Amino acid sequence: MSAFGSTYAVVAKDIRSEWRTRYAVNSLLMFVVTAVSIILFALRSVDPNPELLSGMLWVVIFFTAMSGMSRVFVSEEERGTTLTLQLVATPTVIYFGKLLFNSVLILFLSFIITAMYMIFFSGFTIQSPGVYVISVVLGSLGFASASTIIAAIIAKTRSRGTLYAVLLFPLLIIPLMVGMSSTIKALEGSTLSEALSDFQVLASYLMVMVAGSYLLFDYVWKE
Amino acid sequence: MNSFKLVVRDLTKDFNRRSIFRQLAFSLTVGDSLAITGKNGSGKSTLSKILAGVLSPSQGTVEYFLDGVRIQEEQMKDTVGFVSPYLNLYEEFSAVENLKILSQIRSNKKRFEERADELIRMVGLWPRRDDPVGIYSSGMKQRLKYAFALLHEPQILILDEPTSNLDEEGMELVKEVVRRQKKNGILIVATNDSLEAKWCKKKIVLKVSST
Repeated sequence: MSAFGSTYAVVAKDIRSEWRTRYAVNSLLMFVVTAVSIILFALRSVDPNPELLSGMLWVVIFFTAMSGMSRVFVSEEERGTTLTLQLVATPTVIYFGKLLFNSVLILFLSFIITAMYMIFFSGFTIQSPGVYVISVVLGSLGFASASTIIAAIIAKTRSRGTLYAVLLFPLLIIPLMVGMSSTIKALEGSTLSEALSDFQVLASYLMVMVAGSYLLFDYVWKE
Repeated sequence: MNSFKLVVRDLTKDFNRRSIFRQLAFSLTVGDSLAITGKNGSGKSTLSKILAGVLSPSQGTVEYFLDGVRIQEEQMKDTVGFVSPYLNLYEEFSAVENLKILSQIRSNKKRFEERADELIRMVGLWPRRDDPVGIYSSGMKQRLKYAFALLHEPQILILDEPTSNLDEEGMELVKEVVRRQKKNGILIVATNDSLEAKWCKKKIVLKVSST
């Protein structure tokens, strides 16, 4: 029970810190607005089909994860508070706390991105809301799980930005491709059973990433 | 008085191919105090971090025992207090918020409720307790580190450069903390200052390694 309480306390600390400093949210929201605006201008003279819209949606979610998710560990390192956290919590508590915070952040941003697409793109009509929600939630959690462990690995290095993109890109290909595929199905009105194989891949990816990260994190966190 | 014990065996630390220290071995019990001294770069802070359980040694072990039973690695954090120049508290939170949040993460909120006010008063930050730590002076931040280190009543207190940034009143505070810790637990001080080293009964001098 105390491990759950400690994990919750780490998430609450990060949310409260984010609320005070706006360290990540403001820049990510600005990025989302800019990216959706550029896509809107680029596609103004064409009638985008579900494949194109799904691809563009996941491109924005992908780059949001690439640009913002590393901050959970990089900000601790830059502020010199990593040692403080090491003194009060076990690596497991820190890992799951940071994973949960990244999950909450990317789900919030995915919700904003979806709302913007629904407002600005007339062709973005979700025919199967259930399929869409499961696709975005599983895909976003997959992004959060990969981003969190890579963020922990690169936080102690000097060339963080480059290394983060290089290490993360191959890991995000699977949820990106499968997320796009299941989102097309949601826009075309497929049933849950028709999208089941995509959900199985996304859920398996999530479980493998979380289990692997959990085993690796001890070595990454403690020098 | 409990029978808390710190046992260090064959402790070695290398960074890349450079050896920092080799095969250190000692044990400390309640009432013991140890000064770690040596020139800059000799590994005082590194040894302090290893003893606090936040850095892994290249070889050897650091173990804590309570009544003869080895304390699991995950529980070691509940028995050690650490003050270090490498440790920072959250600048966007106040002194009270820092202690409360870190107690919650450590799962001992009860201790926070019992001790936070007393400790903030003790370190002289009561009038500024609700100000964000970001606007504190370096001496005030150092005082707050003592409140953080003592909040959970640790059996081992490790002080790395204990009086850095402190004024005369702050130094008196540290002497009082040292006096109490020597009575109730184990004290380890990593310092270059010969006067601070004299606070302790035992002493290790680390040599700067050439390899």
